[in-house]
Amino acid sequence: MAAQVRYDDVEVGTELPAQTFTVQRINLVMYAGASGDFNLIHWNDRVAGAVGLPGVIAHGMFTMAEAGRVVTDWVGDPGAVIEYGVRFSKPVLVPDDDQGATLEVTGRVRKKLDDRRVEVEVKAVAADEKVLSQARAIVQLG
Amino acid sequence: MALDTSIVGRTYTASRPYEVGREKIRDFVDAIGDHNPAYRDPDAAKQFGHRDVVAPPTFAIVITRETSGQLITDPELRLALHRVLHGEQRFAYTRPIAAGDLLTSTLTIDAVKHSKGMDILSTRTEIATVDGELVCTALSTLFHRPEEEA
Repeated sequence: MAAQVRYDDVEVGTELPAQTFTVQRINLVMYAGASGDFNLIHWNDRVAGAVGLPGVIAHGMFTMAEAGRVVTDWVGDPGAVIEYGVRFSKPVLVPDDDQGATLEVTGRVRKKLDDRRVEVEVKAVAADEKVLSQARAIVQLG
Repeated sequence: MALDTSIVGRTYTASRPYEVGREKIRDFVDAIGDHNPAYRDPDAAKQFGHRDVVAPPTFAIVITRETSGQLITDPELRLALHRVLHGEQRFAYTRPIAAGDLLTSTLTIDAVKHSKGMDILSTRTEIATVDGELVCTALSTLFHRPEEEA
């Protein structure tokens, strides 16, 4: 069994199910531990402020990982994602409170390619700002 | 001092292979809150045709950590982690990374540019099995603010 989504069932413009993710400090601490990226700007307000940031920001790779879930959840088999790339256009500010930040992710089929592959465009928005740009994945469909 | 183009072509190789473990993948997907069974259950992964649990598309960044660290701490480059911003990231896979893989990685500095007082480094990290099968190419763009202007 490969991807659950069939190439013949999608067209340019087909929308992927949107998802909303809550990002709190605990998530950044867990991501730091799991990824090994202990850059202080992702958990230490003092250092984040000293380098000119308004506060602690999420790891770009964390945001990229969350946005990618819209693609992998849609296709089912994460191994069907052959390429995935993003530009980090704005940082996601994660306040030290009970709400944290909210990341809204949408996706749509941008192109149908050869070999039953499609290009998906992903959009990720936090605090009304586009935090990723040119976020695209090449996905092998069934 | 801004970086000059003489560093283009410089490479960094991991000191030892990275062994991909089921529990490491689990820690990673717990951190991103992802419950896809292909990351957690070997039988579910086999249903998709994989040998063992697979890693999510961005997991390759974990494998590139050692060579990225070598780049950041190369004394001749005079970079500092807190002055580095991640501008772009892309992964291209020939197959998914799976538990049990024993992977080497080599980072190459592909380009150095300058814009608005920043150094812009483009790097390419090739992740391959110890038998030489290319698994993933990770392309990164890093923005670095040189020390004098920090």
